[in-house]
Amino acid sequence: MTAVEQVDQVFVTAKRHVVDLAPLEFQPIISVLLSIIPILAVFPLLFAITTILERKGLGRIQNRLGPNRVGPYGILQPVADGLKTLFKESVQPRAAEKVIFFLAPVVLVIPALLAFSVIPYGRNMVPLEMDAALLFFFAVGAGTELAVFMAGWASRNKYSLLGAMRAIAQMLSYEIPLILSAVPVVMLSGTLSPAAIVSAQDTYTATIAHWNVFKPWGFAAFIVFLIAAAAESNRSPFDLPEGESEIIAGYYIEYSGFKFALFFLGEYLGLFAICGLGITLFLGGYTAPFSFLNWIPSWIWFFTKLLALVCFFIWVRGTMPRVRMDQLMNFAWKFMLPMALINILAAAAWRFVPILGFRWSISALIVATGYFALGEGLTQKGQYGKRTYKFAS
Amino acid sequence: MSPLQAYLAVSVILFAIGFGGVVTRRNAIVVLMGVELMLNAANLNFIAFWKFGTSGNIAGYIFVLFSIAIAAAESAVGLALVILIYRHYKTTNLDETTRLHG
Amino acid sequence: MPSSFYILALFTIASGFFAMSLRNLVHCALCLALSFLGVAGLFLHLNAGFIAFAQILVYVGAVAILIVFAILLTHNTEEKKGESATNLVLSIPLSAAVAAILLNGAFSTQLALRGTGNTAPSVRELGTALMTSYVVPLEIIGVLLTVALLGAIVLALPERSSPPEAG
Repeated sequence: MTAVEQVDQVFVTAKRHVVDLAPLEFQPIISVLLSIIPILAVFPLLFAITTILERKGLGRIQNRLGPNRVGPYGILQPVADGLKTLFKESVQPRAAEKVIFFLAPVVLVIPALLAFSVIPYGRNMVPLEMDAALLFFFAVGAGTELAVFMAGWASRNKYSLLGAMRAIAQMLSYEIPLILSAVPVVMLSGTLSPAAIVSAQDTYTATIAHWNVFKPWGFAAFIVFLIAAAAESNRSPFDLPEGESEIIAGYYIEYSGFKFALFFLGEYLGLFAICGLGITLFLGGYTAPFSFLNWIPSWIWFFTKLLALVCFFIWVRGTMPRVRMDQLMNFAWKFMLPMALINILAAAAWRFVPILGFRWSISALIVATGYFALGEGLTQKGQYGKRTYKFAS
Repeated sequence: MSPLQAYLAVSVILFAIGFGGVVTRRNAIVVLMGVELMLNAANLNFIAFWKFGTSGNIAGYIFVLFSIAIAAAESAVGLALVILIYRHYKTTNLDETTRLHG
Repeated sequence: MPSSFYILALFTIASGFFAMSLRNLVHCALCLALSFLGVAGLFLHLNAGFIAFAQILVYVGAVAILIVFAILLTHNTEEKKGESATNLVLSIPLSAAVAAILLNGAFSTQLALRGTGNTAPSVRELGTALMTSYVVPLEIIGVLLTVALLGAIVLALPERSSPPEAG
């Protein structure tokens, strides 16, 4: 192994050495633990980093300072926040369904953590190798909806129930384009295993990587995926379920103290997981964009891309107004869903047209035609014309 | 008890529970839930027979995929019907929805 | 049989029982979701990973949520008192009878049983099978799902008996 490869594989070899130290009958469980513990350590840490990044970034976007009191430049703010939520009293409404109220945050966090088990973080760094791993990822995502409903219903609060209903309707609607946008990738790499999908993108022509996002169908699918991911994880501009200004905080309005922190954690873990999936499917996973950058270890690439995507979502949150409920639903069913379906057609054209130039133009043409036709259909009915007000002038 | 029989026993009990619910509960939604339980029991049967049946035959495996798809369609239409019934009769109690017209 | 099977089986059956016997419908639906999860666990136990994940995706992610929605849209989270009690007396012997008949069938089966069991087909094999031997059922399922979707939408649409209010 060369020095570059050694740095690249440092975690893999370290894990193998530690496992070899253990007696034979404990080796499987040690191996599993050594895969789980880093995930449990790294992603909550990333959560802490992201909260400070988000508050600082939003502060810059909104022309204010953001947190700057705790530690130098306020970088210890997450620690202060964590301590505060830990020591706060956990209030429970008297009318709440106690068991379900208690279980909801747990049910939210566990699927989010489970989803991390199938994402390749670097070369040979997949915690759980599985044939149907992608399906597993989407299946555990289903737990989130149930958790949201449990939280909203068990609180016995109108606002929280309203928020939960909104959240579930939104998640159900956007789950379809989310899964459909992953279908072209699965079709063309011929596998459901994330590691194999990444290694299918790990080739280079003229120093540029063959990431899926650089192909017409991949680009369209990536855009659909990003929008659906924002909606799935209730990020702005799709944060109606939380809508501070209308329904206060949505389904977790009655939660306080550490349970509230768990909701917060679960939401961000979901965001990280879905960003990780997006990176795996479209952005080449742990591979470098240019072949001359291959000396940088693969896991650094993965986490760089993850942070970049998270920053993108922070940027979107700071600059986009929240959409209305009817706009949200129209967008999901009248644009995202047909667009994802048309995109599958574009991917099929890519697969079956043999000549490179033709393949590019036909695939791009299908995507562009679909985009413009759907866009026309959405805007033509005057939905986005000048607003008229019924009770105000 | 062979493994196949153990799975069949679980499936039978699940089916019987679902059956009991369907026959005796009066709420249309619970009846639908019972039907879903029975479908699940049938799926479990299919998978058990696939697992311990003749080798190389994946018909049972594939049949469950179809069965899951049909169950999804069934529940969507069924619940739409329940909502329609509720809108019409202002109740989902099956004993009270006795009129055919009006 | 390993103990994990018994735990899963007990979990599935118990949550199924509660799903059919609790009075609060939302509790019923949540127990039903647990039961679906238990069945998915049994599928995993039988090495059918793909089916297990499809089961979770469709049943827990869609069917259970749909049921919950229907419960909330029809405003009946609580059932009237006395209804369940009389039913329980009726339903337990009925279920037991059905179970006895079917169990009798299951235990008198003369099938040649293989102890170890088949290995699961890979996703690629599954896809090939769906696209070759089972392509007609697949297409029919596609049509069925589309029709069911349209039917559900048409059924649940609000009736347009009176002209919409001028606004």
